[in-house]
Amino acid sequence: MNDHGNRSNNYINLLINKKTRIDGRQFNEFRQPIEISYNVSNKAEGSARVKIGDTEVIAGVKMDVGTPYPDTLDQGNLITNSELLPLSSPLFLPGPPDPQSVELARIVDRGIRESGMIDLKKLCIREGELVWNILLDIYTINDDGNLIDAAALAAIAALRVAVLPKLEKDKVQFGEFTKTKVPIKSTPITCTIFKIGQSLIVDTNRQEEESVDARLSVAISEDGQIHAMQKGGSIGFSLEEVDSAIGLAKKASEQLRKELTK
Amino acid sequence: MVNILVKEREIVVPGQELADGMDYLPSEGAFREGDKIISSKLGLFNLDGRLIKVIPLGGKYIPKKNDTVIGRVTDVGFSGWRVDFGWAFNMNVSLKEGSRDFIPNDADLSQYYAPGDLVVAKIIKVMSSKIIDASLKMPGCRKLGTGRLIEVESSRVPRIIGKQGSMISMIKDATGCNVVVGQNGLVWIAGTDPENERKSEETIRKIENEAHSEGLTDKISAYLNVKPREIINERESNENDIQ
Repeated sequence: MNDHGNRSNNYINLLINKKTRIDGRQFNEFRQPIEISYNVSNKAEGSARVKIGDTEVIAGVKMDVGTPYPDTLDQGNLITNSELLPLSSPLFLPGPPDPQSVELARIVDRGIRESGMIDLKKLCIREGELVWNILLDIYTINDDGNLIDAAALAAIAALRVAVLPKLEKDKVQFGEFTKTKVPIKSTPITCTIFKIGQSLIVDTNRQEEESVDARLSVAISEDGQIHAMQKGGSIGFSLEEVDSAIGLAKKASEQLRKELTK
Repeated sequence: MVNILVKEREIVVPGQELADGMDYLPSEGAFREGDKIISSKLGLFNLDGRLIKVIPLGGKYIPKKNDTVIGRVTDVGFSGWRVDFGWAFNMNVSLKEGSRDFIPNDADLSQYYAPGDLVVAKIIKVMSSKIIDASLKMPGCRKLGTGRLIEVESSRVPRIIGKQGSMISMIKDATGCNVVVGQNGLVWIAGTDPENERKSEETIRKIENEAHSEGLTDKISAYLNVKPREIINERESNENDIQ
């Protein structure tokens, strides 16, 4: 049916109020299986495909050289981009990136950047002249809800396996990879908490996502530090709710971290 | 010379010759070309008396007269409602067919069905111009309340209903849920307990996945741990039997 909005809103709210979910999961439980497959693209310097339930995202890392930005002369650059492919959801249309796509890329980017996951200083070749650019591209293959967590996980998984290409006379030899890995310092996991009615849940599926009132994405590194947050949706979180959301995110993100470090 | 060229329940492909001669008639999924009857679908060959039919393995639901479908009201006009039932075009429910109650001249039609409401409707007319008229007055037609709406492959619907509704009544008995199956592949489930509703959905998914296997009723009755209801008068062939 074409009417995707408002489809089973009342029913989802009813279930959530009864402390249960449409597929029988706990509020803090991710869908299973969570699958991460590495190096799915042989042209990319690093790539990963993540499946959380039926949600599927591919992230790819390409490396290039360029001049640094004037304010970070001794650092490499990270450029994140995301594309919501029309095949992944009936709601995504071809054309210029829409706000949802831009937001997805920025949440992923911020989690990686603010946690200092990549040692950008080590990506400097000659200060002020030549640095590495990391181009991180996110493609949604299937949207069954909770794209943010899947995209962030795919991005981090792809970066963890990414290597530098061969560099000759300041030119990148594409298709020839070295064994040097992209310098990684930490692994932040982004976990999004969704608010439906008065309840906080993780990892909504598509039906639940239609009933979401608000969401809070939290990027947490392995030592439990919070590095980035993004709030979305039309209603607010109270202070206590933010506290419990962060607690829930810390706990639930371990389910994703476990798969990443496996 | 009359020949049936394929075996019963054999998988046929579009363009495949099914029969030779004028003694048989093409029905759904088949057409006549000269002396031959040819399949137009990928599906199972089925012979019902003189009628040759191809039961599709999958594909989009195509509306037929007298089908009971589940849809969602999208629009309320001056003289009726428009209902989205998962096809390319919405169907029309005219004021006359809207309700068994008397509708006064100046009534607010959204009091009967408002946009977003789920309804069970019966298709009363399918025109070649893709205009579809439906009725909400026929027996069984009504507005559905809050419940779980799931989508299944529409070609599996006869299997979910079972012989004379045996499968569906088994699910209803075992879970205590109210289940409405539309021919368009939408299934509405409502029960008192979410756990039971989930059990119903899982059972329906199981039937959908194993639709082509033999002895499915026994499998499902074992899965649900109930006895199938006695079928009172066994008929040779029923539209719901096939597959």
